[in-house]
Amino acid sequence: MTSSKAAITGVANTRCGRLEGSTCLGLHAEVARGAVADAGLELGDVDGLICAYSFTEPHPMLASVVAEYLGIQPAYSACVSAGGASGALQVMTAKSLVESGMCRHVLCLTGDTRMSGMAPGAAVAALARFGHGQFEVPYGITIPAAYGMVAQRYMHDTGLTLSDMAHIAVTTRNHARRHPDAQMRKPLSHAEVMASRPIAEPLRLFDCALISDGAAGILVSAAPTGNGAEVRIVGAGQKNTHEHLIAAPRDLQSFGCKFSARDAFAEAGMTTADIDVAEIYDSFTITLAIELESIGFFPKGSVGEAVSDGALDLGGTLPCNTHGGLLSFGHSGAAGGAFHVVEAVRQLRGQADSRQVANASRAFVHGDGGVLSAHVSLILERLS
Amino acid sequence: MSRETPTTAPATDLPLPPPNAESQAFWDAARDGHLLLTRCTACDAVQFPPQHSCTACGGTTGNPFTASGTGEIFTFTINHRAPSPAFKARAPYIIALVDLAEGPRLMMNVINCAPEDVKIGMTVKIVFEARGDMALPQAELV
Ligand SMILES: [Zn+2]
Repeated sequence: MTSSKAAITGVANTRCGRLEGSTCLGLHAEVARGAVADAGLELGDVDGLICAYSFTEPHPMLASVVAEYLGIQPAYSACVSAGGASGALQVMTAKSLVESGMCRHVLCLTGDTRMSGMAPGAAVAALARFGHGQFEVPYGITIPAAYGMVAQRYMHDTGLTLSDMAHIAVTTRNHARRHPDAQMRKPLSHAEVMASRPIAEPLRLFDCALISDGAAGILVSAAPTGNGAEVRIVGAGQKNTHEHLIAAPRDLQSFGCKFSARDAFAEAGMTTADIDVAEIYDSFTITLAIELESIGFFPKGSVGEAVSDGALDLGGTLPCNTHGGLLSFGHSGAAGGAFHVVEAVRQLRGQADSRQVANASRAFVHGDGGVLSAHVSLILERLS
Repeated sequence: MSRETPTTAPATDLPLPPPNAESQAFWDAARDGHLLLTRCTACDAVQFPPQHSCTACGGTTGNPFTASGTGEIFTFTINHRAPSPAFKARAPYIIALVDLAEGPRLMMNVINCAPEDVKIGMTVKIVFEARGDMALPQAELV
């Protein structure tokens, strides 16, 4: 069967955590070479380059800076910036670049050194500036506080509990323990999550994503390169409803994920029942809970019980965040969401080693930026 | 609405809102103890944040009015992880989304209460906290 859909031909990631001696651009170069080599190509074959943004390399033309560092002059280069949705949005954008014929091989790069390259607390302070300058920042808003407000209301409306969210953290940690590149590989118990210190109540320490150094590279091509299994991007969708929490959908439930997923599934001609493995943005446990219910993988109000019954485990009904997600694999800015794409491709190729989901042929990937503001959904399928 | 703005501005390390051409009137009114909103003359929607065009219809004319100063807590967090040393001195503090009686949703701290007293659905009144030479709308339980 021949597909006209874009293919993902190469993926790469660095280890996550504190990568002493690394730089933002150096990490970009490492995954650029890794992704291209994974496809059996060379950097000179790349005719499109998409980067995102970085706190430690805050140049507004990051794609040009990265191309200069790599010593390449692609025919097309640009930055795609949508917070945590950047990785998935890069892939969605690259898909249209190759399907339109404008490019043949588009390299999507993300990376940052938020751990070793920033002073303690500086990443939290920088992230707080995502808030509205006049009407949120003066009140001491942080990203965890914004999600804490979302969580408080969602628990009130749907019955989701702190114990349910703790099960999400534990399940995700168990996955990370099977990934050699994950930042957090120590066992984590439900009791430890429940007893962890409050960050922005109701959210506790282990409800929150990590802060990491790390980078991801994804090569999107017009056709498979013959190097490994054929993985196609069969569906993509985006929906942004707001940027700031004060302008979010009034019910704090009708977020864009519902619509981005609907469009991706429509393009793919699939439903949630067709998905073998899901890699879904998990900046906080609440983020994943809301997205799983909003996208339709679980009826509203049921995700807590499902997770505690093992639904997201490797042998569960929806193995999810099998690399360990942002909660336990790592979160290095825009690369955080790109790791979900990388893991989906590895699962579809059967390269996920001890965390492999048996017979995974269809993957759902989701990225979310801001405070559930910008949403991108992808559906990937193995065709050979 | 109570007015708590002192006549001399206290120094502060807390962030001040940076007014712009669209919001200057809002912040001027806040300094006088009034919460200024604008009702769109084309569609009647109450616009917030203050801006020249109406988010609901795109209209560019509106009538400013003073809000009643009451609202309801839609949700909140007790924030322990402050974004700066100045906020750390206040932590833990409450950040809430408050739905004003007139419709708009504002973010505010719920002040002058114990964090455990705050619940979803509670009624609040708007007060003003002096900060630098400005005043910030804040919420108090009634
Ligand atoms: Zn209007």
